[in-house]
This record gives sequence, C-alpha cells and structure tokens, in this order.
Amino acid sequence: MKAGSILLNALLLGVLGAGLTIGQFGRADENPAPADPALLPVFEQFGGKPGIDALMEDFMIRLIDDPRTRDYFAEADQKHIKQMLAEQFCVILGGPCTYTGKGMKETHARLAINEGGFNALVEDLQLAMDMHKIPFRAQNKLLAKLAPMHREIVTRP
Amino acid sequence: MLALTLSLALGTPAQAQDADVHEPSPAERARPDDSVAGSEKLLLTAGVSELEGAAGGGLTPWAVIGGYGTRDQIGASAFYTRVNVPDYHLDGAGALIGFLDRIEFSVAQQRFDTEAVGAALGLGRGFTFRQNIIGLKVKLAGDAVLEQDSWLPQLSVGAQFKKNDRGAVLEAIGAKDDHGIDFYASATKLYLAQSILANVTLRFTRANQIGILGFGGDRNDNYTAQLEGSLAWLLSRNLAIGAEYRMKPDNLGIAGEDDWFDAFIAWAPGKHVSLTLAYADLGNIVIKDRQRGLYASVQIGF
Ligand code: HEM
Repeated sequence: MKAGSILLNALLLGVLGAGLTIGQFGRADENPAPADPALLPVFEQFGGKPGIDALMEDFMIRLIDDPRTRDYFAEADQKHIKQMLAEQFCVILGGPCTYTGKGMKETHARLAINEGGFNALVEDLQLAMDMHKIPFRAQNKLLAKLAPMHREIVTRP
Repeated sequence: MLALTLSLALGTPAQAQDADVHEPSPAERARPDDSVAGSEKLLLTAGVSELEGAAGGGLTPWAVIGGYGTRDQIGASAFYTRVNVPDYHLDGAGALIGFLDRIEFSVAQQRFDTEAVGAALGLGRGFTFRQNIIGLKVKLAGDAVLEQDSWLPQLSVGAQFKKNDRGAVLEAIGAKDDHGIDFYASATKLYLAQSILANVTLRFTRANQIGILGFGGDRNDNYTAQLEGSLAWLLSRNLAIGAEYRMKPDNLGIAGEDDWFDAFIAWAPGKHVSLTLAYADLGNIVIKDRQRGLYASVQIGF
C-alpha cells in the first residue's frame, strides 16, 4: 500500500538522520566565551561580576550535592573551576572580564559526559540562579549561549 | 535491550584515542549515570500528550520525542484527557514510550460521547464513538532545545493509525472508512533567549473530526494537507501558556467541520506529573455549532 511505503521512507530518513548527527564530531574548538555586548543588561541582572562570583558558590555546592554531577567535581579544583566559570559567564554577558581558561572541548574531552549529565548541570545552574533571584528570562538568555556548548562537552554517546 | 544494541551499532567515537601516559584525574574516572530508564531531559521540553497520544501540545503533535529520556535513555509517559463542550464530551487516555530521544511509540483511545445529540439522531442517548490510535514518530534532525545557535528546528515525521469502532453509523453518515492513517511532519523550536516555543505541523489526513466521524466522505475522499501550530510562552521553568490552531478537512456533506483553536496553560510541578488546562473552540460538530469548553489533561511521566 502507498501508506506503507511512505512510512518506510520516513523510517529510512530517520535512520539516515541519526547517522548524520552522530557523524558531526570532530570540529575545531569553538570560542568558549563568545561575548555578546547586547547582554549587558542581563549582566546587571546577574549583579555584575560580584553577583556571578556569589552565584558560582551555590552552583558548585549544588553540583557536589547532585549525585549525577558529584563525582566529576568533588575532587576537582573547585576554586579554579568557579573562577573560570565566573570569567566565562561574565564575558558572555558582555561584562568587563577576560576569560583565561581553556576551550570547552579540550577541558571536557576525557570526562565522558553524556546528555543527562549536561542537563543535570543546567538544572543545578537553574536552581542556583533561582536562589539568587535572577529573573527567569535573564536566566534563559545565558542558557541560550551555553546550550550549544553541548556539542563540545557531551562526548557520550 | 534495544538501547544496548543500538548504542553498540552507532558506536562511541574517539574514546580510547589517547595513548599517551596520562594518569586519569578523579573527574576523568567519574562516569555518567548510564541508567537506560531515565528522565534527564529538561522540564517541559518533552511537551505534553496531545489528544491523539503523541508528545506535543494539546491538539497537535510536536517534533519532540515524548518522555524525559535523553539520547541514551528510554522515557515513558501516560495521560488522561477530558474535553467538555456544551453538547458532547471526549475522554482520551494513552501512553507513549520514547527511545533514545529518536523514536516515539504511542497508543491512545478516545471515547466521544454524543450525550443528548445521540438521542436526537436516533442513536440513543450517550451513544459513544470509540477510536483507537497507534502512533509512531521519528526524529530526523535538529534539537529543539540545545541547538540555540542554529536556525534549524527539530524535525520529525510521524504516522497515526486510527480505527473507529462504529463502522455502520459512519457509513450511514457518509464516511468512506472506519480506519485511516494520518501522516505528519513537525518542526519545533525553543527560542530560549525569548522564552518562546514554536511548533508547526503539516498533516496529511482523510479523517473527519480527527477520525471520530470516520475517514473520507461524500464531499471529499482524498488526503488533504492541514496546517497545525502551537505557540507557547514560558513563564517559568514549570509553567507555560500558549495557543494552538489545528486546521481540519471538511469531508462530510451532512456534518460541517471547523478548524480547532485553544488557549492553554501547562504546569509541571516536577518531571513526574504535568497538568494542562485549556479553553478549546471546536466549532461545529455534527448538528451542534459553537462547541467551546474546557480541556483538561494530566500526564504522568516515568
Ligand atoms: C554549558 C555547560 C558547561 C560549561 C559552560 C562548562 C565550563 C567549564 C569551564 C570554564 C571549566 C574550566 C576550564 C579550565 O580549567 O580552563 C570547566 C571545567 C570542568 N568541567 Fe565544565 N562546563 C560545562 C559542563 C560540564 C558538565 C556537564 C560537566 C560534568 C558533568 C563538567 C565537568 C567539568 C569538570 C570536571 C571540570 C574540571 C576539569 C579539570 O579539572 O580538568 N562541565 N567547565
């Protein structure tokens, strides 16, 4: 029947699509801190650099509390990671900072992070931002910049 | 099991590549949560269950794969929906399972109660049409949520196999079949910086009133393309409001059919439950015009 062959085509396309997305690894490191001067008002909503620094404290506490992310961070150099993250967020939000850390691909290449781990970190960041009374729409403006980094950070599968 | 074979077949690129002498740090020894039954998608990003059982808005499927499973997980959900309009009511129930954020399989049953209209038409008060629907959806490309720097929406295609249990009555009102298959393509994108989610679905169908009044009719018996759309505004992580539109064919001479609209609010207090309330305008249904009323749906996620 005609209907059946359309469905078969759809399924084939689906399998092809899967192949294509899986096949797109191996591009060059992207800019880990793409500055967007238009986000300066959002930077203010985060409370500037001091606000971001304070946010990092509670963010890290959550990451270590969360069984999905704990093992990654518990014995890592937390102070350094918080510092780098704060610089990174500051630059992205158009703030007067310089990011002195490494690329996202390089940093996370050996960590075997899956999509669930990535989303877990996003959830923990959201909770920390809630705690710091950062408006939902401002949160989303930052998350929109971070989300594409999944391509470099998620290496499994 | 399926997840296992699939992930074996697809492979994990470039994992044991580095042959240098390198003492793994604690972070490198950490391993992700590999549980196959999972719920690691972000809240509300798997949509709710639409009337026919697919993940989507209330009236129309989205390109997202249902359940909170990510690309290495299996997720599932079940729903119950009730639509109350002045002269009829509709109950829908079903479940879906999403594999690897790639394939969605759903089942649903709809019971459409004609209340007093049934008596007026000589069918008996409370005469009920029952329709069973099996749905299949495959994600082709894109990621509605994470690909925020790309214009490409998440794209999926799907099919809904529908079977109505009232063949004799359907024939009497001019429908050509008591079963049919809808085909659709959906594009969904979350505009995170704007806190807006948009979906467009193109459906090819012969269904009358989504199949409750059969398939094909005296006026038209061919597949026609129908446009459906949803627009949602995220108010917080667990609350969204929005509106939907669903174009429908008009195949039956004796029972004019209108496009459907709704305005909804969806609330997900957690990943295990979501509630959707809507005000729906279903237009004319058989002999009764202006069928507007409340749509309520509860979804449980596993
Ligand atoms: C958008 C998401 C993420 C961003 C923006 C991000 C950003 C960063 C930054 C800036 C650093 C410091 C880089 C440096 O030392 O120069 C870092 C390190 C690290 N990140 Fe991420 N990260 C993300 C997601 C994740 C996830 C999902 C995990 C694990 C679940 C993770 C685990 C780590 C670990 C363990 C380190 C320390 C690595 C080391 O000490 O060598 N990150 N990340």
